[in-house]
Amino acid sequence: MSTRRLFLKSAALGMFGVGTAPAWLSRALYAADAPRPRKKILVAIFQRGAVDGLNVVVPFGEKQYYSLRPNLAIPKPDRTENSAVDLDGFFGLHPALAPLKPIYDSGHMAIVHAVGSPDPTRSHFDAQDYMESGTPGRKATSDGWLNRALPAQRDSSPVRAVSLGTTLPRAMRGQNEAVAIANLNDFQIRDTRGAGTFESMYENSLDQVLNGAGRETFEAVKLVQSIQKQPYAPDNGVQYPTSSLGQDLMQIARLIKSNVGLEVAFAEMRGWDTHVNEVGARPTVGQLANLLGQFGGALAAFYRDLGDRMADVSVVTMSEFGRTARENGSRGTDHGHANVMFAFGGDIRGGKVYGQWPGLEQEQLYEQRDLQLTTDFRDVLGELVVRHLGNVRAASVFPGYEQPKFRGIVG
Amino acid sequence: MKKFGIALTLAGVAVLAAYSETDYSRFNQPLSEDQQILHALNRLTFGPRPGDVETVRKMGLKKWIDQQLHPERVAENPEVAARLRPLESLQMSAAEIATNYPPPQVLRAMTQGLLPLPADPEARQRAELQMQRLRARREAKEDGDVKTKAQGKGGDRLQQAMRQQVMSVADPVERRKLIADKAPQQVLPYDLNEAKLYRAIYSNRQLEEQMADFWFNHFNVYIDKGADRILTSTYERDAIRPHVFGKFRDLLEATAESPAMLFYLDNWQSVSPELGQRDINQRAKLRAKAKQARGLNENYARELMELHTLGVDGGYTQHDIIEVARCFTGWTISQPNRGGEFIYNDRVHDKGEKNVLGVRIPAGGGRADAEKVLDILARHPSTARFISTKLARKFVADDPPPALIDRMAKTFHDTDGDIRAVMSTMFDSKEFFSEGAFQAKVKTPLELVVSAIRASDAQVDFAIPLSMQIAQLGEPLYRKIEPTGYSGANSEWVNSAALLARMNFALALADNRVPGSKVDATKFADDPAAVARLVLFHEASQQTLDSIKKALAQREPTPALVAGLMLGSPDFQRR
Repeated sequence: MSTRRLFLKSAALGMFGVGTAPAWLSRALYAADAPRPRKKILVAIFQRGAVDGLNVVVPFGEKQYYSLRPNLAIPKPDRTENSAVDLDGFFGLHPALAPLKPIYDSGHMAIVHAVGSPDPTRSHFDAQDYMESGTPGRKATSDGWLNRALPAQRDSSPVRAVSLGTTLPRAMRGQNEAVAIANLNDFQIRDTRGAGTFESMYENSLDQVLNGAGRETFEAVKLVQSIQKQPYAPDNGVQYPTSSLGQDLMQIARLIKSNVGLEVAFAEMRGWDTHVNEVGARPTVGQLANLLGQFGGALAAFYRDLGDRMADVSVVTMSEFGRTARENGSRGTDHGHANVMFAFGGDIRGGKVYGQWPGLEQEQLYEQRDLQLTTDFRDVLGELVVRHLGNVRAASVFPGYEQPKFRGIVG
Repeated sequence: MKKFGIALTLAGVAVLAAYSETDYSRFNQPLSEDQQILHALNRLTFGPRPGDVETVRKMGLKKWIDQQLHPERVAENPEVAARLRPLESLQMSAAEIATNYPPPQVLRAMTQGLLPLPADPEARQRAELQMQRLRARREAKEDGDVKTKAQGKGGDRLQQAMRQQVMSVADPVERRKLIADKAPQQVLPYDLNEAKLYRAIYSNRQLEEQMADFWFNHFNVYIDKGADRILTSTYERDAIRPHVFGKFRDLLEATAESPAMLFYLDNWQSVSPELGQRDINQRAKLRAKAKQARGLNENYARELMELHTLGVDGGYTQHDIIEVARCFTGWTISQPNRGGEFIYNDRVHDKGEKNVLGVRIPAGGGRADAEKVLDILARHPSTARFISTKLARKFVADDPPPALIDRMAKTFHDTDGDIRAVMSTMFDSKEFFSEGAFQAKVKTPLELVVSAIRASDAQVDFAIPLSMQIAQLGEPLYRKIEPTGYSGANSEWVNSAALLARMNFALALADNRVPGSKVDATKFADDPAAVARLVLFHEASQQTLDSIKKALAQREPTPALVAGLMLGSPDFQRR
């Protein structure tokens, strides 16, 4: 472990030549050995399409759950794979998420239920937009919460904010430098005949805008190239799933372990809009089970791969809204309201399901159909921004949200 | 002594003024005649083609601009019609689109015999195939054993690359059929993307194409939001394009009553909050009709003022938003997923009195309530300023001089919102032909890709790989989710991933590695300065030339490499 770090260090510094390495680089590379704590890292994962939270973290202690969902309800825990995985005698994980149970048991995974955006919209597009901008109900916000979450500082790493994908998602856009990387192995000038020439053009250009961005780009490319040289071997014998999320999280892990100055990362998974045939022959198999299998497998692989390094890392998951408490006529669920979020990492106070449970009786439902919201998603994200990332200016990260109520999930 | 004090004070004021105001003096420094021609070409077109500079010089700059403002006076390039011909959906009504390229809801209705199958035999065959697939998928899902496809990115990209290679050599009609059979829902974005790029590349009416892009973006809709998949094509054709140089009020109305906008900003679901007070049975019936409608939806009202007309600081309140939303109740769509038309439904209209921006709209009105709102907004001084500013940001500079905005806004006001007249004021201004504007804009991804095609005189027979490049640069066409549209600001397009992608695209294009586009590199020399004149239409910066020369000293130069480096240079990113 330490030999590889040393190798990466010299490789990355070598790119710049003696004495010319920028300050952030030496800081980032030596950070592991430095006496002061390493930078904290926040990884945000968006489940696009509105995941059915009531079948993800199952309120099996709630009688109504079974009467509302005769075909969909996950059976009460009976220690078989066809039942929920008991968490606390009331809530249980979908069995496809069993790989996450050890993290929960270790006390490093928190679950927040009945959480989400207070905006009543049931439009995917509006709700995603609101959750990413961090300003429910306000469309004109031009930047995203994850970009605003970056603590102010000078001389930061060119890869402090990385999103996996070809474009920068809404949550990542804004004033702070943020890089979209589709694939670490392909973050370069592909035609080697052009690489050095372009670098020289942009580094010498008198065009201030392009000169600045060009320098940052080639700095980021160099850092990433120092990573590319080594094939990536996850620790602890982990094999990442081949799913898109699995591959994205593997790249984030790679960036983290390379100590290149990553602070926030973003990845996403699509396909959660289960209006039809959410479940197969049994409630524990089918569409949702397959998706959750990919999801849980990728998260668990990431956690095990990072090992001790999780001390600096928090992962948080979100989805734009939940789904109807009642199943619909086609073995699926329609657009609802409150949902469930996961947060795990070294400084997460886990092993617990947070949030006030609103109940599923008819009069307890939001607009008589959906899970009521008892926690604003900004309470969860805000706490991570303030207590994990150490950005104390929470009010500027979630403008217009004056009084966040932190639940104590970070400690 | 006293005098001295006054002098000091005055000096202090002068210093303060200099620091507190932006320096617009560069907008007073004129351009040479050659610069003027190049500048006009860079701004009014998607980038000059070989020969354009000479054409404009011969015709006279003023006359050329005037022609661009009157596209009907410009003979169109026959290449455009030839390339658009196979893209059949461009000519169809939304209802025909829904029948011929049925979305799942329409397919289900066809399966249940609620809707007739398409009359066209090919379309019918396609629909039947889709219905079969839908059934098969449903059965497989019910068994619960669908293996979710491995989504390894490498595999996807390889397949995609192979598909593109195959597609780019296929005949355009056959190519489209392949897509229609495999994924009929992809045909509409396919046709729209192809058409947009062919027009931008080949049209002689370049300013009209720039304006079509500008106004679509201003009145943005998102093609992947539900019914907008089948409504976006007619939106661009019937609501945007006829009005790009017309009266702003007409453009505003065309968008306000377009099914695409009514759907995108949810106004079609907005009904009078008073409905709750009426007979409960009637309410249930109305609700069943307007499916999810539960009351007022403010979405459109807000964006109409914030993004389409007044601007966010244009002087409206939350109360105005609610009042405008009340005026627009009943502006809806008949059967959006089947390509339905705009209808005004008086039964869900809020009949009460409203007050919009201080203007009283009396009770008992109907459809005219919203017409009145459009009148108020189109003629509001904030709108004149907001639209003028946005045009100047697109055509002049990110921070245009206020004096220019004042004159444009005055023209807007004096001509009752005549867009062509406002454009003329801008193109006639000293600020437009000034040092402050020259090369001040970074090309958008669309402009970058199209200008590279035009500058290198590439032959394009398949534009989808280009639109995928544009998406990778951050501007997926017709896929801006937010109603704000894409920002035209330089800062939006300059980031690491995008710059790398721009450089990679440039090298690939010149090296003929972009499927569907062919560059004849033999016309380029291996002398960087000569290549610069060919693709930049002016001298390259010394830094760019030196970098290329240094690189070439170490290896055998090829014209394609030199051209690729020039197209990826900082110089080429500006317009």
